[in-house]
Amino acid sequence: MAKFIVSPSPHLHSATHTDTLMRDVIIALMPAVIVSVLFYGWHELLILAVSVLSCVLLEWAITKWMLRKPDTIADGSAVVTGLLLAMNLPPTTPWWVVVIGAVFAIGVIKMTFGGLGQNLFNPALAARVFLLISFPAIMTDWTVPQGFIGSPDAFSGATLLGAVAEGGVASAVGGADLLGKFLLNIGGSAGEISALALLAGWVYLLVRKVIRPWITLSIFATVALIAGIFHLCDPAAFTGPLFNLLSGGLILGACFMATDYVTSPMSNWGGVVYGVGIGLLVMMIRYFGSYPEGVSFAILLMNCAVPLIDRAFHGKKYGRA
Amino acid sequence: MASKITFSIGGIHPNDSKLARERAIEVLPLPEVVYVSMAQHLGAPAKPVVAVGDSVKTGQVIAEPGGFISAFVHSPVTGTVKSIGPRKDLAGNNVTHIEIVRTGEDEWAEGIDLSEDLVTAIPDDREAMLARIKACGVVGLGGATFPTHVKLNPGPAAKPECLILNGAECEPFLTSDYRILLEQTDKIVVGAAIMQKILGCRCVIGIEENKPEAIEAVKATVARLGYQNMVVQTLKKRYPQGGEKQLIDAVMRRQVKSGALPISVGAVVQNVATSLAVYDAVQKNRPLITNTLTVTGNCLPVEAQHNYLFRIGMPLSYIAAYAGGVPEGAAKIVSGGPMMGKAIANMDACTVKGSSSLLYLSEESTRRAPATNCIRCGRCASACPMGLEPFLLARLYRAGDNDGLEANAVQDCIECGCCLYSCPANIPLLDNIRQAKGQVMGIIRARAAAAKAAAEAAKK
Repeated sequence: MAKFIVSPSPHLHSATHTDTLMRDVIIALMPAVIVSVLFYGWHELLILAVSVLSCVLLEWAITKWMLRKPDTIADGSAVVTGLLLAMNLPPTTPWWVVVIGAVFAIGVIKMTFGGLGQNLFNPALAARVFLLISFPAIMTDWTVPQGFIGSPDAFSGATLLGAVAEGGVASAVGGADLLGKFLLNIGGSAGEISALALLAGWVYLLVRKVIRPWITLSIFATVALIAGIFHLCDPAAFTGPLFNLLSGGLILGACFMATDYVTSPMSNWGGVVYGVGIGLLVMMIRYFGSYPEGVSFAILLMNCAVPLIDRAFHGKKYGRA
Repeated sequence: MASKITFSIGGIHPNDSKLARERAIEVLPLPEVVYVSMAQHLGAPAKPVVAVGDSVKTGQVIAEPGGFISAFVHSPVTGTVKSIGPRKDLAGNNVTHIEIVRTGEDEWAEGIDLSEDLVTAIPDDREAMLARIKACGVVGLGGATFPTHVKLNPGPAAKPECLILNGAECEPFLTSDYRILLEQTDKIVVGAAIMQKILGCRCVIGIEENKPEAIEAVKATVARLGYQNMVVQTLKKRYPQGGEKQLIDAVMRRQVKSGALPISVGAVVQNVATSLAVYDAVQKNRPLITNTLTVTGNCLPVEAQHNYLFRIGMPLSYIAAYAGGVPEGAAKIVSGGPMMGKAIANMDACTVKGSSSLLYLSEESTRRAPATNCIRCGRCASACPMGLEPFLLARLYRAGDNDGLEANAVQDCIECGCCLYSCPANIPLLDNIRQAKGQVMGIIRARAAAAKAAAEAAKK
């Protein structure tokens, strides 16, 4: 008889692979990427290109020359890290700062721990925080560059959360048009430009069953609840729920950074605990911290807790109460 | 019970690929020589009761049970016993086979009713019915081939509450259960009523929603024959719906405790093909020497797909040749479904009572991509119908942590393949878990034996 394959069951495999999942994440990021390029112009395009290229090249170089293993760039995860890093930077970031961020994200955070799946922290977020601490002036320069649509003069140079930290709640909230911010939010990191675009990508990920909604929803719910309680107690000192949901990097973080498989809990209830933790930390940093914004810190801190959360939460087993 | 039901944990939705569903069952012609395996059921192999040179009739007993959990085996043809000895089964392991050379057309053993008229009157003598089922060598045809008379006689302490007739056929590609549900509806329903009478409980016939014609046919027959306490339940299309534990969960909303038998929650699950065999045994005294098998695959054109009524002992190569030969592009041949079936290493192996398919899979569909890093997506854990965490079990296995494996219930794995199927990183999860399960089961058995020995010693 001719030669046939003999191997243990199952003999079929689903069409979902690591690269198809990463491709879906890339597609999901496209609405926000496109809106940011439209409004922030050539410089944003340059940041995106530099970020993606340096992440991919770096991973290729490290696997080839340092680990001497088959390269893994075809899985698309380096592209995702590159896109997310660019989305987490101000649109005015110089290209060399972007390269430093990529080196930290891929070289230090991802590959040092063994590459995809092994890292404790979200590479793009860790790089953002690394850059924020290293280059505070560059990383909080919210000057709006000339976009393909709209003029920079039309927008102010400070983020709403920055205004709250400096001038108090009244000055910031007074000028805020929350519905407008939902559609278009000029000023801030590139990826924060449109809540609508981010949520569209998030819904795409849900529909494609790439992620489950619990982490994101529990972050939103916790932020809304805490902001609601504080705002009710003292509206003059604390910003309200809608303001907090729509400002800063909350939506970007909750939809795309906190839901990273590698650095989030695997069970649904674990995800809820993780999301509540992130929401709690975000609000504590925003209300009482010295930084105006705390989404990155909150997610990184909760990344540390993931191994413990995974240990505590297991799915329900059949026939075992 | 109009709504569709399903099990509560895990599961996957592979394409059902029921390519042979429209192909009516054809009777395979008899080969000149058959090789009848002595190990075609779960439990102890049967012991031959014929000698070389003996003439045997179709349906005559050629081997008797080799233990409590074992079964009779009958001659599938009329002929002469040529040899009794080891021969390779489909995995390539040596098993005792009885070789019978045909001497002519079927001459049936005495006492077998060959008429085709439907007998709906069910005998009242429970013991006699069980004896018939045992004497006719009926075993579970859903895959496990557990002797049916043992399963239908759970002992005086057990309280059967529900007979679940398994017509889920949740494995992709397989269509033999579907075909017999359509073509032998009456017999299957009477068979179910027989088992129901033996057990003295209600009966639920579960069929997946992708077989609406079968659901309608069985519903109509149950109504026509007027059986009480027997309902047809539509099941959602979801793998592994036909797994015994999953089906009990779906139908009765009860879960069998780890290590316990289904009867502990009042459930007895029997496959529809088994029901047909029970009918033949009890109403016609016809031994189990035939079953239905699907010749199918994703590299076969639809006109080359078949559902065959085969006899036990037919070489697989004979069936393949009759069906038109092994197709171009077949990279793997599987006996059973693509999720739990066994890859065939030896096409000279012969059909057994539980044979269900010759499945030809293309290189593209069955090739395993190289494993990459786990991305912690959790798909394996979401897919596991036992609620286990395959990623964790595979990791514990690689770390050699047997205590951790046992604490995380590796012994509960039903080897359905959902984890490996759904892993985007192609990690050989089930391969690792099978190994781990073997080790841990060994440890558990050794511990139980030691505890028993210690208890005996303490008594003295």
